[in-house]
Amino acid sequence: MKRREFLKKSLSTGTATLCTVAAAGSAEARENLKPKEDAIGMLYDSTLCVGCKACVYKCKEVNGMPPVQESEIYAWDEARDLSGDTMNVIKIYQDGTAAVKDSEVDGFAFEKRSCMHCVDPGCVSVCPVTAMRQDPITGIVTHHADVCIGCRNCMVGCPYNVPQFEYDDAFGQIIKCQMCNQKGVERIDKGMMTGCAEACPTGATLFGSRTELMAEAKRRMDLKAGEIYNYPRGDVRTPDSFHEKEVPEYKKHIWGETEAGGTNVLHISSVSFDKLGMPPLGDRSAASIAEGVQHSLYSYLALPAVALAGLAITVRRNTDDKEEEL
Amino acid sequence: MSAHKALGGRIFTLPFMILGIIAAIGIYYMAQRFILGMGTVANINGGFPWGIWVVFDVVIGTGLACGGYALAFTVYLFNKGQYHPLVRPALLASLLGYALGGFGAIFDMGRWWQFYNIVLPGNWNFNSAMLEVGLCVALYILVLIIEFAPVYLEKIGAKGLLKSLNKVMFFFIALGVLLPTMHQSSLGSLLIAMGYKVDPLWQSLQFQPLLAVISALVMGYSIVIFEASLSNVSFGGKSETPLLSVLAKVAIGLLVAFVVIRMIILMIQGKFGLIFAGDFSSLMFMLEMALFIIPLFILASPARRQNGGKLLIAAVSMLFSGALYRFNAFLFTFDPGPGYSYFPSASEIMVTLGIIAIEIMAYLVVVKTLPVLHSSEQA
Ligand code: SF4
Ligand code: SF4
Ligand code: SF4
Repeated sequence: MKRREFLKKSLSTGTATLCTVAAAGSAEARENLKPKEDAIGMLYDSTLCVGCKACVYKCKEVNGMPPVQESEIYAWDEARDLSGDTMNVIKIYQDGTAAVKDSEVDGFAFEKRSCMHCVDPGCVSVCPVTAMRQDPITGIVTHHADVCIGCRNCMVGCPYNVPQFEYDDAFGQIIKCQMCNQKGVERIDKGMMTGCAEACPTGATLFGSRTELMAEAKRRMDLKAGEIYNYPRGDVRTPDSFHEKEVPEYKKHIWGETEAGGTNVLHISSVSFDKLGMPPLGDRSAASIAEGVQHSLYSYLALPAVALAGLAITVRRNTDDKEEEL
Repeated sequence: MSAHKALGGRIFTLPFMILGIIAAIGIYYMAQRFILGMGTVANINGGFPWGIWVVFDVVIGTGLACGGYALAFTVYLFNKGQYHPLVRPALLASLLGYALGGFGAIFDMGRWWQFYNIVLPGNWNFNSAMLEVGLCVALYILVLIIEFAPVYLEKIGAKGLLKSLNKVMFFFIALGVLLPTMHQSSLGSLLIAMGYKVDPLWQSLQFQPLLAVISALVMGYSIVIFEASLSNVSFGGKSETPLLSVLAKVAIGLLVAFVVIRMIILMIQGKFGLIFAGDFSSLMFMLEMALFIIPLFILASPARRQNGGKLLIAAVSMLFSGALYRFNAFLFTFDPGPGYSYFPSASEIMVTLGIIAIEIMAYLVVVKTLPVLHSSEQA
């Protein structure tokens, strides 16, 4: 073959290949997964949280994890963020003098960090060995260390940086909140509520079905600031107690209603969520886009099989006997 | 008879010994990682679970090891073997690069003793680009071993085996084109699921696989050009520059495609303005683009192209362009949110340097003992 001819051919074939990849790649991705009818979740109301960290302590007790000590004062769990030792943490937002609770200016606010139990979970989508699983009924996302290879794709694929790895252990594993329902704990299966919701003295962390919690969150959105509202504690469906409190100036935003497909753990607050450290998410879940691309490219291995046949024929035609020494 | 010859000569030269020391230090820290856990050696954390071990050793390492892929693409799909002198060294570099990338993936694996779970079909999650990367890379290493096997068989004189292997070789060569196309594109797909954590200038969503494949080919071609020029310098073979020039023309096509597609994507996604934002990301973007455009400038002129030195500069620039593209997307501009930062520790860097040293040492040993390099075009 002449050089010029070869070049022409190589460029055009190359372009054709790349165009195929491009066409497949830009094909329509799948839609977000939808919330499950009987999904279990929690509602965290930042304005009710007093920062006592009873939930942090309870979470460690339920899951058999050690407290984190950072200072000399051996008083309380001092975890500042999620880690291989911590699945649930209370963080603080501060501005200026930090004098007024739940005020964006010169104020402070609390924010709970634990798995959001996404409706369309990134961690489940990216895990190569199905070590992250979403329960088909409750929507609870659990981790299964017995198959996990520790590639940590779930960590980069989680929009909330929830899964953590035990880096300090030669045989470490992934740690994440499994809504107190992993093997050996199974609080939800036993008809109990999550440890953190049970321990919460103010009902800031409220347990229940996603539907009921969403209704409760919407009720609070509709309240007028300054009104008195009777806040439930424990399980929203069967509260073990109520307490009356003046309604704060809520931001009209239920985090988890739509973000990246929504979450089963909902948050409401008087301080905007970007200030509380929530990530910049749109409505589309990254998982839905990634899976769409992966599926249209591979359509369950049919495309690669066809491509292989084509390649084999071309290669065979282009290797004559003289070159076979290679 | 084959025109390939083993170089011969001493193996334990001074550079080889220096590489050996670097490798030993790397192995020392690698051992620490297995005994004390990753946290003692590497600075990876909750927001940056993937440090240089993943991004350099695997994501970029396998890209740099795409020489065999790039060449197979050209040699076997489009002509009848006029580039054969380049095939064996390229295959060898690919084999070593991928083998060490695979090894890197194992020692970066948090639960490496359970790695077999990825080959058990019952565990497969077809939604996961990582599954595809893992399986295809493992398969491709086997394919590379088979593609390289004739070199060894030739040496030990196993004529019968060589003959039957050559009969079915076309199938493995085809696999050798398909598998890298698949897993290199999936390396790009990994970025899609990371969503907002990937800087807007690099988060091209559904275009990730396409850009990943082109960047793999750019790095692959750069390595072929780089290697052949280098081995000519250090082993004193006949200049292969005219041959390389033709490969360079294919490289032009790839470079143009990458730059143009990149710009079009930014325009479609309405992010064009970010290029000129003047922040860290925009600077990295411009640096990266410069590395893509410099070789284009050199390769576009026939005069510059015939100049071995300039060709070498172009190759190095291409090599860095693809590597920087991946570094930028996966690490340099990666932002998991407030409170997280990452810079590799000295021990972490030593492990990576150790791996590179081992790769170069293995390359030197093999070209000196096995018939890899083409003695000269007429021989
Ligand atoms: S918050 Fe993260 S870990 Fe939890 S379900 Fe969502 S993606 Fe998974
Ligand atoms: S670290 Fe484990 S759970 Fe996470 S993606 Fe990898 S295999 Fe799955
Ligand atoms: S649901 Fe259970 S595991 Fe999750 S944060 Fe609450 S107490 Fe911890």
